[in-house]
Amino acid sequence: MSRPNTFRAGPDEHGHFGIYGGRFVAETLMPLILEVEKAYDEARADPDFQGEMKARLAQYVGRPNPLYFAERLTAHLGGAKVYFKREELNHTGAHKINNCIGQILLARRMGKKRIIAETGAGQHGVATATVCALFDMPCTIYMGEVDIARQQPNVFRMKLLGAEVRSVTSGARTLKDSMNEALRDWVTNVEDTYYLIGTVAGPHPYPAMVRDFQSVIGDEVRRQMQEMEGRLPDSLVACVGGGSNAMGLFHPFLDDPAVAMIGVEAAGHGVDKGPDAHAASITGGRPGVLHGNRTYLLQDEDGQILEGHSISAGLDYPGVGPEHSWLHDMGRVEYAAVTDDEALAAFQLCARLEGIIPALESAHALAEIVKRAPSLPQDHLMVLCLSGRGDKDIFTVAGHLGVTL
Amino acid sequence: MSTVEQGRIARRFAALRAEGRAGLVTFITAGDPDHDTCAALLKGLPAAGADLIELGMPFSDPMADGPAIQASDLRALKAGARVSRTLELVRAFRAAEADTPVILMGYYNPIYAYGVERFLADAGAAGVDGLIVVDLPPEEDAELCLPALKAGISFVRLATPTTDDARLPAVLRNTSGFVYYVAIAGITGTASADAVAVAGAVERLKRHTDLPVAVGFGIKTPDQAAGIARVADAAVVGSAIVSRIAANLDADGTARPGLVDDVLGFVRELSAGVRGARG
Ligand SMILES: Cc1ncc(COP(=O)(O)O)c(C=O)c1O
Repeated sequence: MSRPNTFRAGPDEHGHFGIYGGRFVAETLMPLILEVEKAYDEARADPDFQGEMKARLAQYVGRPNPLYFAERLTAHLGGAKVYFKREELNHTGAHKINNCIGQILLARRMGKKRIIAETGAGQHGVATATVCALFDMPCTIYMGEVDIARQQPNVFRMKLLGAEVRSVTSGARTLKDSMNEALRDWVTNVEDTYYLIGTVAGPHPYPAMVRDFQSVIGDEVRRQMQEMEGRLPDSLVACVGGGSNAMGLFHPFLDDPAVAMIGVEAAGHGVDKGPDAHAASITGGRPGVLHGNRTYLLQDEDGQILEGHSISAGLDYPGVGPEHSWLHDMGRVEYAAVTDDEALAAFQLCARLEGIIPALESAHALAEIVKRAPSLPQDHLMVLCLSGRGDKDIFTVAGHLGVTL
Repeated sequence: MSTVEQGRIARRFAALRAEGRAGLVTFITAGDPDHDTCAALLKGLPAAGADLIELGMPFSDPMADGPAIQASDLRALKAGARVSRTLELVRAFRAAEADTPVILMGYYNPIYAYGVERFLADAGAAGVDGLIVVDLPPEEDAELCLPALKAGISFVRLATPTTDDARLPAVLRNTSGFVYYVAIAGITGTASADAVAVAGAVERLKRHTDLPVAVGFGIKTPDQAAGIARVADAAVVGSAIVSRIAANLDADGTARPGLVDDVLGFVRELSAGVRGARG
């Protein structure tokens, strides 16, 4: 494959990143997707839209959040200098709100009256319910029955915020099935409903749009690292469920060849422990078509989608954003996988060394840093996207540690 | 190999026109509730009055389907359904029945995983006449639609209430066999279509195409099928038949002895509705 002049030009007008992406949806949805694309193209070029987004991110979300030098962790690992991009300090406790602010402004601009969303860990559901409260729009969140059980605090938060949480009992009852149900809702309520997708997946234009809204993460890191170290970072590490926090961190740096990037997937019980034991789509899957795009998927030989497993509800998805699939094939981004146990260890390490309880999702990225940092030189600047805080995960972690709360 | 224009689908619609009636299109899922029962159902469908057969290709994530067809996909997959077994069902059916068209309906990923070229070759050889692939809109025609047409297999497109006049020509461009009008904005097996609205929609389609128009989604009873048969070239019944299969299963999902007769009896009632509609 020839190396393109830029890695930042995609997707093409059909929504393709190389062979990935596209618009694989039912005809009923096609006109809606074209409408979202048109509205987003207009909004993106509108200074008023950009201005309002910037103001909301500053005043409501609390941006910019810090780039923080994790001194004790760095000393403990004894190698690379580790920085945390503190997305967990955003209002609602994760990066998901960056995208929700952008999309709710778009939905309002389009005159939509009702919002639907899927959620896994509940972070995107909470962020969506939050912006719906702020903008006074009714909101329905689809969440798998299994995820509802393991993310009770977030379910209650969504309800407090006025959202209706619909339990999804089809399929594996996790994130992929919630996305199916949200698509079924959208196909049924085409007139007034906006589907607020929570990651860089789905049909075009969602992967590009969500990436653009999340790119504020990488833009800030670029500026902050210049201020703190006078240069660009050497490597960026982020967890990959659908891949939105990773795309947001990576995208502004894709054309800086000296900046290495590592996307960390969930290896669950281990990528070698069988196709249903992990949720590492790139590491352990192959290209296929699901939820509107072509991308790496966990699937059997016959093209049936597998359920996958991760301790982290937010990474428990059998697909990945199409741009990641392309960046993988192009060799621009490296993809690694971290097991449940490694993430649990990193989760506890971070709490004790830095006084920060990370989301289990983010703990996967941290676990990869724990593996790599010790053998890197001390002037190597490494950035972790600390995508969310871990309050939502304390019950899951307690359970794994044999503690009853 | 016959070309799309003179294939079984075109011949069947020509025969229906000559009889002065609309057709009944029945949908069942391949391998539901198990391979052999499904084969027996397929074999009995033409005599029970099915004019065209849609055979669902089971998928783990049927995004456009309601609970009845979701459940039937899961039953079939649990019973060992695979793309190759679906094609075996068609081959066995075709050995005994030369005229009734078979259209495979499903989602793209199982076909993509099987390999598009290999799939088209094997489907053609098995006696498949057309494909309906829900998640391949005209924007993705290069994937399967164009190769299918080249291989002599019809690509039947869905037109929906959201397909406006500006978009309709694109939807109809590479469509062949017939046009499938989805009567409601929604998933299969839920709301029922309003016959008056459907009549208007069919008229609109007819202004843009000479192809026959079949109407489906939400047709559950012989009366509803008759209502559609008065205004369209064919009525498609899916979830209601699939639910009838489900009603004939034991708690553990095995087929009860009377399943095939009961389901085919229901198809006979639907057929009587369609045949009597314009009488
Ligand atoms: C804190 C946190 N990080 C990461 C993710 C994974 O999503 P993505 O890969 O889109 O960033 C989630 C998803 O719920 C999350 O809550």
